[in-house]
Amino acid sequence: MSRHETVIGLEIHAQLKTESKIFCSCSTRFGGEPNENTCPVCFGMPGVLPVLNKKAVEYGIKMALAVDCRINSRSIFARKNYFYPDLPKGYQISQYEEPLAEHGRISILSGDGEKVIGITRIHMEEDAGKSIHSSTENVSYVDLNRTGVPLLEIVSEPDMRTPREAVAYLKALRGILLYLEICDGNMEEGSFRCDANVSIRPRGQEEYGTRTEIKNMNSFRHVQKALEYEVGRQIDLVEDGEKVVQETRLFDVEKGVTRSMRGKEEAHDYRYFPDPDLTPLIIDPDWVEILRADLPELPIARQKRFVSDYSLPDADALVLTSEKDLADFFETAVAEYNQPKKICNWIMGELLGKLNERGLSISGAKITPGQLAALVRLVDEDKISGKIAKQVFVEVFDKGIDPEKVVEEKGLVQISDSSALEAVVDEVLGAHPDEVQRYKDGQKKLLGFFVGRIIKETKGQANPGVVNKIRSRKLG
Amino acid sequence: MKDIINKSLLEISKSLQMRQIKVREVVEACFDRIDQTEPKINALLCMDKESCLSRALEMDKSGPDPDKPLWGVPITVKDVFCTKEFPTTCGSKILENFQPCYEATLVEKLKNAGAVILGKNNMDEFAMGSSTENSAYKNSRNPWNLECVPGGSSGGSAASVAAGQCFASVGTDTGGSIRQPAAFCGITGLKPTYGRVSRFGLVAFGSSLDQAGPMTRTVADSALIMNVISGHDPKDSTSASRPVPDFLAALEKRQDLKGMRIGLPTQYWMEGLSPETLESCRNAVDAARDAGAVIVDVEMPHARFGIAAYYIIAMAEASSNLARYDGVKYGVRDKSSADLQEMYRKTRSRALGEEVQRRIMIGTYVLSAGYYDAYYKKAAQIRRLIQQDYLRVFESCDLVCAPVTPSPAFKIGEIIDDPLQMYLTDIFTTSLNLAGMPGMTIPVGLGRDTGLPVGVQLIAPAFEEALTLQAGQVMENALPGVGTPTGLG
Amino acid sequence: MKITREEVARIADLARLELKEEKVEKFAFQFSDIIGYMDKMNSLDTSGVEPLYSPSENRSVMREDKAKKDYRRKDLLSSAPDHDEEYLIVPKIL
Repeated sequence: MSRHETVIGLEIHAQLKTESKIFCSCSTRFGGEPNENTCPVCFGMPGVLPVLNKKAVEYGIKMALAVDCRINSRSIFARKNYFYPDLPKGYQISQYEEPLAEHGRISILSGDGEKVIGITRIHMEEDAGKSIHSSTENVSYVDLNRTGVPLLEIVSEPDMRTPREAVAYLKALRGILLYLEICDGNMEEGSFRCDANVSIRPRGQEEYGTRTEIKNMNSFRHVQKALEYEVGRQIDLVEDGEKVVQETRLFDVEKGVTRSMRGKEEAHDYRYFPDPDLTPLIIDPDWVEILRADLPELPIARQKRFVSDYSLPDADALVLTSEKDLADFFETAVAEYNQPKKICNWIMGELLGKLNERGLSISGAKITPGQLAALVRLVDEDKISGKIAKQVFVEVFDKGIDPEKVVEEKGLVQISDSSALEAVVDEVLGAHPDEVQRYKDGQKKLLGFFVGRIIKETKGQANPGVVNKIRSRKLG
Repeated sequence: MKDIINKSLLEISKSLQMRQIKVREVVEACFDRIDQTEPKINALLCMDKESCLSRALEMDKSGPDPDKPLWGVPITVKDVFCTKEFPTTCGSKILENFQPCYEATLVEKLKNAGAVILGKNNMDEFAMGSSTENSAYKNSRNPWNLECVPGGSSGGSAASVAAGQCFASVGTDTGGSIRQPAAFCGITGLKPTYGRVSRFGLVAFGSSLDQAGPMTRTVADSALIMNVISGHDPKDSTSASRPVPDFLAALEKRQDLKGMRIGLPTQYWMEGLSPETLESCRNAVDAARDAGAVIVDVEMPHARFGIAAYYIIAMAEASSNLARYDGVKYGVRDKSSADLQEMYRKTRSRALGEEVQRRIMIGTYVLSAGYYDAYYKKAAQIRRLIQQDYLRVFESCDLVCAPVTPSPAFKIGEIIDDPLQMYLTDIFTTSLNLAGMPGMTIPVGLGRDTGLPVGVQLIAPAFEEALTLQAGQVMENALPGVGTPTGLG
Repeated sequence: MKITREEVARIADLARLELKEEKVEKFAFQFSDIIGYMDKMNSLDTSGVEPLYSPSENRSVMREDKAKKDYRRKDLLSSAPDHDEEYLIVPKIL
């Protein structure tokens, strides 16, 4: 164990899935034509004013409830002042001294079991636009489509001690956002963004070390790699008798290292003050209770239920519940055919494998829960063998057609008819007299050889049980 | 023409509704008056004679609409309001030729009420100033004495109304910018309660202080404009959802001030008033007393901190509100700059005027790390105390009466080089904006020494504009009035 | 409080203003005067006083989450000093 202890805190920006922006009625749709979803408010034109989107507040409250935050009955929108072309007003509307919610907690499962990570605060703010730097000309292009998309900023306590815990925390938080259906959690597209504060300190020391802020991590893998690199870098520095400098560092994806932004960053003085264009946000306790009553089952609770109700192993339950859609898929399939363990195995093995291979998420897959359930049932009812089932699965996965239909069309029904199989057995035995003799002489290992041949002859459709029966009758 | 342009808004509106006069005649009379007076007073930044006349012809064809209280009435608006049909410059080079694709709610309401907007009034750049000398385009002049300022920042509006170019203008008041020019030009100007009139489309200076209001030749005219522009606007989160009374009807309910208690804050009736201002304002108080009002002295212990708190808050908000003028999305850009930061600096320092830069800088300073608590937060605490002063006074009084300015209009160039001195002329007007209360200037007479108009302020509790209008009209009837401006020849 | 020229330069930088030397000098003098006047607030003890940031009485003004498209991109971009059919164009961000 290292002499150093790692301390990590994360700041998450989650884009909320509202229909319109936080302070105007423009669409939040992603991927449209540049500057298509804009209006005078997005452009920061003179004299126009922000009006708060109620749904964004609702989503903020839901998240706050899901992570046990105390919701402030009064919170204030403040202006964060700085100049940048993708910030049309010259300030970002955010929350500062009085955020929406504070003092929450979230349970995560990492290598060493369950751990509680503190949530410092959750506040609402507007997203900025996007600047694209021309590679050929001395200009940049500004697209304000994303300006004003509602964001939740979720700040954790510096409670994580390993990069793995940090990733587990991120996954847990993302899971909750997805369960609440308030954010699509797409790290690559930037709807779920993460910055990390990292420091090290000698084990046993209470005081925190000097921290660096790491940015530009666009996947869980990046987070893991960037943090591992940064921790190592800091340990090396300290062990060489040098000091960690407080700074912002960017993760270089290609090289897998973090680099100082020094020089590019100027001294910030954001001059926060309450935005006089917006009124204090007073949260009615009745509203909070309505939203609380309406909260869905959250990942940790669902995971525990999967273990107790379906007798699944912890690890499987964790994977199945990590995404709401996946857990829903599982439960819908089980409702069709009550074989949770078998369905779980199919999801954990074939389904996730194929999704991964194709880079798909469960919501983008063609196969339905009913089809998976039907497939498992076909095996259980001896209609097809496990081996054939895997072939059928690929068809169902790719085309979304019912497994029964695949089996029928391709003539894959398992042959359980003894008379039909008897001919095949005779044929195989007749073709291999030497092996038959050796088997009879006691070389019992050859049993597998015969079964394999028979199955092969029937293109895998032979029912192994029936084959065995015939074989033992013929060979003894 | 004189017959037409000397009428009040109410009178001309009645004549128009009764078809005693054509819209075209009224609009033409106004443009004739503009042709005659504009070279002297520079009250307008833009106008559109042609389209106003063709609009007038159409209106004459279709006939009056009794549901439109401003049908056919020519008015002007301060160039601080966004308009689709005119450029909106806010008196600044940085918005030269800026043509909004949206319209201020207030402008929509005026148009829907049938008003004919002749043009837009000159103003101090971004409404920052007390003399209209900070306009990037022209110096407006006081119709009573062309060597004097018309006041500011709604100086163009005040001069235009006083000179008879139009029947009303709408200005804005952040720290006195309606009431002070109204006093300097001898007209009526009402700053409504914060939230009474939508700020949507009003180019912001100090967002928690800005409020639009009427500038007219009579109190009743202001009441009529208030009926049109007041009310909740879903596009402005700070606009009040309270019901709006019929202000014009309210005027008929009071012929005297019997039973009304009017407080005179001792802090405002002592220091620094010029003798003629004091005399004229005393006459106004006497008129109120004669009309039956009970006059009492009241205390506003925090009044002396008003200017400091006001300027800190106004400048802090302005520093943030004006960050958007950066040469990226609209307005002008310095094209000589190769990189972005240089473009920001050059654009802003070349296209923003000195007073605007001064206020942006002080506002930036009072919000910056290490100074926020000592200045911005402290000012906000004093703001609370000033609001409490008012609330306490209104427990025993219906209205507060105070001078508007320490002395009548000063000369152009007289104090422009001493910014602090200029700020101090706002001593009687700023506390009202801090507290959000409504206040109205009415002309009380001409100063004995200068012969220039002197005004007095009537201040009411929040959302009690009707009270200031009622008292104002009683006093207007009792006072000699100022007559027509003497500086136009 | 006396405002130094360095202070003026720092603020100008934050506010993205470029001041000529004589302007820095002039502003340092004027700001000392103005801020000095503001400092009279210090004579008043405001401890425990709740700041008032806005006289608006409104609370929690919110709108329904409905997307609308009321403006054409062309009309918005056309106000810009430099733009093409899709983007605002600015000098390169270094």
